[in-house]
Formats: sequence, structure tokens, C-alpha cells
Amino acid sequence: MNGVPDPLLRLEGIARAFPGVLANDDISFSVNEGEIHALLGENGAGKSTLIKIIYGVLRPDAGTMTLRGKPFAPHRPSEARAEGIGMIFQHFSLFEALTVAENIALGISPELARGDLRGRIVEVSTRYGLRLDPDRMVGDLSVGQRQRVEIVRCLLQDPRLIIMDEPTSVLTPQEVETLFETLRRLAGEGCSILYISHKLEEIRALCDHATILRGGKVVATCTPSEETARSLAEMMLGETLSPPATDRRTPGDVRLRLNELSVEADSPFGTDLADIALEVRSGEVVGIAGVAGNGQTLLMSALIGETLAGRPDAIQLNGRPIGRMPPHGRRKAGICFVPEERLGHAAVPDMSLTENVILSARVRKGLSRNSFLNLPRAARYAGDVVARFSVKTAGIDHAARSLSGGNLQKFVVGREIMQEPSVLVASQPTWGVDAGAAAFIQEALIQLARDGAAVLVISQDLDELFAISDRIAVIAAGPPGRRPHARADRPADGWTAARPIGLARGGGARPCLGWSRGASPQGRCRC
Amino acid sequence: MELIVNILLGIVIAATPLVFAAIGELAVEKSGVLNLGVEGMMIVGAIAGFSVTIETGNYLAGVGAAVVAGALMALLFGFLTQSLLANQVATGLALTMFGLGLAALLGQDYSGKAAGNFPKLDIPVLSDLPLVGALLFGQDYLVYLSILLVIGVSWFFRKTRGGLIIRAIGENHDAAHAIGYPVVFYRYLVLLFGGACAGLGGAYLSVVQTPFWAEGMTAGRGWIALALVVFAAWRPGRALLGAYLFGGITILQLHSQGFGVEVEAQYLSMLPYLATIAVLVIISSDRLKVKLNAPACLTQPFRAAT
Repeated sequence: MNGVPDPLLRLEGIARAFPGVLANDDISFSVNEGEIHALLGENGAGKSTLIKIIYGVLRPDAGTMTLRGKPFAPHRPSEARAEGIGMIFQHFSLFEALTVAENIALGISPELARGDLRGRIVEVSTRYGLRLDPDRMVGDLSVGQRQRVEIVRCLLQDPRLIIMDEPTSVLTPQEVETLFETLRRLAGEGCSILYISHKLEEIRALCDHATILRGGKVVATCTPSEETARSLAEMMLGETLSPPATDRRTPGDVRLRLNELSVEADSPFGTDLADIALEVRSGEVVGIAGVAGNGQTLLMSALIGETLAGRPDAIQLNGRPIGRMPPHGRRKAGICFVPEERLGHAAVPDMSLTENVILSARVRKGLSRNSFLNLPRAARYAGDVVARFSVKTAGIDHAARSLSGGNLQKFVVGREIMQEPSVLVASQPTWGVDAGAAAFIQEALIQLARDGAAVLVISQDLDELFAISDRIAVIAAGPPGRRPHARADRPADGWTAARPIGLARGGGARPCLGWSRGASPQGRCRC
Repeated sequence: MELIVNILLGIVIAATPLVFAAIGELAVEKSGVLNLGVEGMMIVGAIAGFSVTIETGNYLAGVGAAVVAGALMALLFGFLTQSLLANQVATGLALTMFGLGLAALLGQDYSGKAAGNFPKLDIPVLSDLPLVGALLFGQDYLVYLSILLVIGVSWFFRKTRGGLIIRAIGENHDAAHAIGYPVVFYRYLVLLFGGACAGLGGAYLSVVQTPFWAEGMTAGRGWIALALVVFAAWRPGRALLGAYLFGGITILQLHSQGFGVEVEAQYLSMLPYLATIAVLVIISSDRLKVKLNAPACLTQPFRAAT
């Protein structure tokens, strides 16, 4: 021993290839005891592959890892867990129809699961201020509570290193604050945290060190608190980005009106919509903020026409009631949609791009006549979309699934925008796409509004909504038995990105977001 | 009195093959796999059990052969759907047709032969009690086995870690994989169990119930078993209840034909099947409840993300 303690985890020369991609290329860095270490990078930078290697889900092609000075090469997650490595997944690895205790029992070793597991769950969750009822069904919990289940599950194993994959992407700002307190406390007790994110402000606020990945390689290491968000972003992207310009526009007449829209959820863990009231005018972008699971899915489904509203006039397009119209009728009337899921909802994975434009643009672009498809015309339209939205593809006769996430999303958004709709509704338009494509899509949405359309964007990414929206409404579930009456509907300028909720609380309107914690599935929603 | 006991005995015998097949399929569906090949696995079990019993004269060997035959059919299904990721519905239908054909081929030489009576539980005094003796203590061994299986499966899913893992896999196989459970391995195990149970149900028909071999003798019982699993909302106790309900209707309509009820026999024969449909419609009218109970990953193929 030379006096300098071994780092907790050291990676040296880790490489892993997939067919056609080198996901990790000679990656080396180390995490010290009690350190919160950020792993920063865009989608596709190789973060997920790397943490899967550390957690034993994948094995590296080359390179070595050492844990507390000893060689470490887990073949299975259970081996990594036995060595004290815990993992909080990005998409929670929870089972909705099972209870909290059952979920936790599944994620820990059989020896740990024996005995008074419920008692230990209560004990650990109280110690770290993460209140949990072990007998509740996970499907009934809010997203923040579900993350607590994951964290408590991890803590029960006395971890030395916790890997967190984008833990805050689904949390309210308050929940993020609580999470950070817990993490700092854990780090104070000597537990190391490997924190994966692309949210720069969070990393600056939380992390001691950062390793930045791009294209599978380590491109920089730094101390985040000494950097600016901009310098971090440029290290991450390797280029300079200009934020989308939002000059204020004067909104025109009302294009889309939701008039006391109420819809009941058709799944046991879904959220009902109650009396949603909202107007979107020509020339403006309206954002709907809210934490996942507060009715966004159902709202989108009601807008598209996959779920019909109770009354026709609950949804009005240019004054015309369309609440009980099927999707194609609505498109014809002038409203187009970009659903959240690219593969499987917005596009059919195994169909070509040409066939995919026919599915949504058939009516508005006249791609069929007398029930016969006009294929040359469809191909031309698909080609136009590819060209105008700079979609990288091998050709329009290739299957939608062959496109990368960002390119497919550009294609889907382009397909809808080029139909020149009177109203465009987009759900999570930039979710999981790289920053370049995201900026392009946001620019296109703003341009569409500038050209006179009404744009409604449902998103969980507050930064995005602040960047592109003229006004923001909030969708949130109220506490059972009390109906929220607030309309958190105000110009985006009125909120600053740093503490939007705090400001809203100080203002006249009661923020719906404050109620989303502890929301029950019976809870009601309102904009 | 004598008649009532006879009817009740008949119900037990009619219900038991359904109990076997349904409890096996229930376990399979709990893991998120839909095996529509129950009918095929049953009939292959029936001919395997019957032929081995005839050839060896040993009932235990016969039942064992049926278990193995059913499990082998399930293994084929597992290989196609779990390893090759074939569509479960299509593969299940194909398995049923394959099983019916295979059994007919194997059974050519066995038509018209008869096996002896299957050994029954015989406890001195208890089995000789009037009325309840024959009903409770005088059944063949497989009846008791079927009840024990239902209790065992119910206990397994509620009380053991293995059962919890299988429920979790049926609920969300991606999450189960991410935590580190071998999804496909567990599904193979459960499929083998389901196949063994279906084979046992088939053997009960050919070795105990009739006991002779006839082509197509399962007569749609595999499909009834599949319906029972849904009717039972994936709960073992209810599946048992359902099997006895359908067994009961089958026997009652036979007896009512014997009494010369003024209804065409064909209509009475339809009754158990109509009851299945009616009950299914009523049960599934509460969509939320069915969704809550159904394994969320049912029929979805699982491909491990790399």
C-alpha cells in the first residue's frame, strides 16, 4: 500500500462491439469511495452498454475492471449484486401487479429475502426518508414512489456502489430534490454513486466528478461544478449548439378547444381525465407539462380519436365538434398527430417509409383514389419528407425499424407537418433522440406555429417546454376526494426554468404539480 | 340416493381430466405463455398412456408414459416459441393438429382393445361407508393427485420464491430479465409442467375413464381446459371449481337424456359448451378485472436485449 487508497471501481480499456457499432471503445475511469460520479453523454454514446457491463448484464470484449483492488468480472447481475453493486434502472424494472414487498423480494438474493423482509423495508425506508407501504400494489404508486421502491430494494443489499440510469427523467422537481438529499446522504456514509444523465444542471449540482462519453469513447473528464452547462454540453456533443429561437407571436383565433373533456381509463392502473379545459390558438405552441402517468397517454388517445370522448363537443376543431369522430375523420378536418411511441404507434416497424406515409397522410395528401393506392405519389411524398427533414435513411423503400431513433422521429414529425395541418398534437416529440435531432424537431414545431398552425406539445421534459412553448398548462392528478380547481396556465415567460414550481406556488394559481405525489389511480386530472 | 352418488361419482370422473389440463395450462399462462396445444398434448398423452398400459400391463408405467409424452409435446412447443420465437397462437394450433394426427397414427392398432380397471383407493372401513365412502375414500388415485396438484400449484404461486419469479416473468419479462432471471429457462420449465399435466389428463381419459382408445377421444376437452383458465381468472381454486362445474353439466345432461327430457339430445350435448361461452362472456364483461388478473406478457415473445 502506498498510502493512496484504491478506488472503489476502476475500469481499464473496456471495449464492447455490437454488429456494426463499437459501443464502447477503450474506456477507462475510476470511481472513488463516497464519490458521486457522473457519466455524461448523448443517447448512443455508450453509457447504457457500459453500465450493463459493470452490472454483469453484458460482458466486455476487452478490458478489465477492478473492485477495491481485486479483479472484477461479473457474469450475471446477481454476481455484481453480491459484490455490493446496486442498480436503479431508467425504465423501472418493477412489476405492476405485484406488491412492493414482492417486487423487492424479487430483486434481492434469496437469503436476504427470507425472514422479516417487510419489517426491514419499513426500517430502511424510514431511515432514508423514503416512505413506503410494503403491501401496496406497485401499479397504484406514482412514478416517484416507484423509484423509491427501486432505491429501497437497492439499499437493502448494503451496496458499495449504486448505479443510477437517468433517475430524474420522470420525477417532479420536488422529487428530484428529495432524491438528491438521499444521494448526498448515502455518499456521506461512504457509498459511491455512478450517476448517468444528460441533464447538465443536475450533474453540476450533484456530482463530484464527471466522465464524458461520446461515440463510445471517453472524451473528457472534469469537475462539473467548475464547468458551465454550456461547456459540458459542448464536451458532450463535440459541437456548439444554438438554442431554438422563440420570438413572441400574437396568437390568432382558437383552433383547438378542449371543453370539459372527461374520459375514463380502460386499464386498471390508468388515470381518468376529468373536465380538462384548454384552448390552443393559431400561431402558438402550447405545452402540457406533467409527470408521467398523470393522464397524458389517455389525453393523447382522446385527441387522436383512439378513445372517443363522451360528447362530440368535448373536443372542438375550428369550432367543429370532433369528440366522437374516428382518427381519419379528424385528420381530414385538419388535425395531425405525433404519438409518443415511434415504433409501433407512430410508424409500423416492418413497413417501408412509403407505406408509412400512406397510413397517416392518405387522406390529406390524396395518396389513394377509389380505394386504390397512388404509390408513385406516396413515394414522392415520402421522398419530400426525407429531403426536407434531412432524414438519414438508405431509401424510402426501407423498413421504418431500420432508421435510428432520431431519424425516425424526424421522419414521423415531418410526415405530419408536411400535411399542413391546422392543428398539430405531439406527445414527447424529442424523447430519447439525440440533441441534434431534438433541436431540429423543436425548430420545426416552432416554424409550424409561426406559419399559422396551432401546436400542442405534451412533454415531461420541462426544459423542452420552456424552450418552445408560448404557454404551458399542467396536467396532474388531484388527491382523492378533492378536485383540483387550479389552472396552471400562464405564459412560459412567467416561469424560469430553474424553479418553475416555486414561482408558480408564489403566484395566484395553485400548481397542480404539487398534488401529483401520492396520486391514486382514482385521482382526477385537470389542466 | 344411489342415483345421486352415481351422478356425483360421474361428475368427479368427468371433471378430473379437465382439472389436470387446466391446472397445467394455468401455470403456463402465469409465466406469460399461451399454449393453445393443450388438446394435442392431451390426446398424445392419452394414446401414450393407453398403449403402454396395454403393452406392459402396468398402470404406473402407462401414466408415466403419458406424462413424458405430454412434456415432449410441450418441449416441441417451447423450442418453437421460446427458442425460435415463433408465434404462440399459430404454434399452439399447429401443435393441436399435429397431436391429433400423431395420436391417430399411433393408435391404429389399439382401437377396440380395453384396459382393465384402474386401481382405486381402498381404506378398510372408510371406503366401505355408505354413500360418502365411495365418493371420498374410494376414488382412483389420480383423482386425489389432481386435487393435490391444484393445492400445490396454488401454494407454489402464493408462497414460494419460484412462484413469485414465474408470476413476475408473466407480468413483465423485460424487467425480470433486467433483474437477472433467466426468462426462457423458467418458461421451458413451466411449459414442461403444463405438458405433463395435459398428458396426465389425456391418460385419465383413455386409461381410467373409458378405458379404451378411440380416435379423437379428447373431444375438445383441451379447449374447455383453456377456457377454464380464463374463466378462473388464473386462480387455481377457481379452475378446480370450473372443471367440476363443466363436469357436472356434462353428466347432468347425460342423465337428463336418460330420463327422456323433451329436448333434442344435440341441444343437451351443447350445454357444457354453451355454459363455457356464457360464463366467459359474463366474466370478461368486467374488462378492468380481467386485465388486472391476466398475466400482462401473455403471448408476447421474449427476446433478450443484447
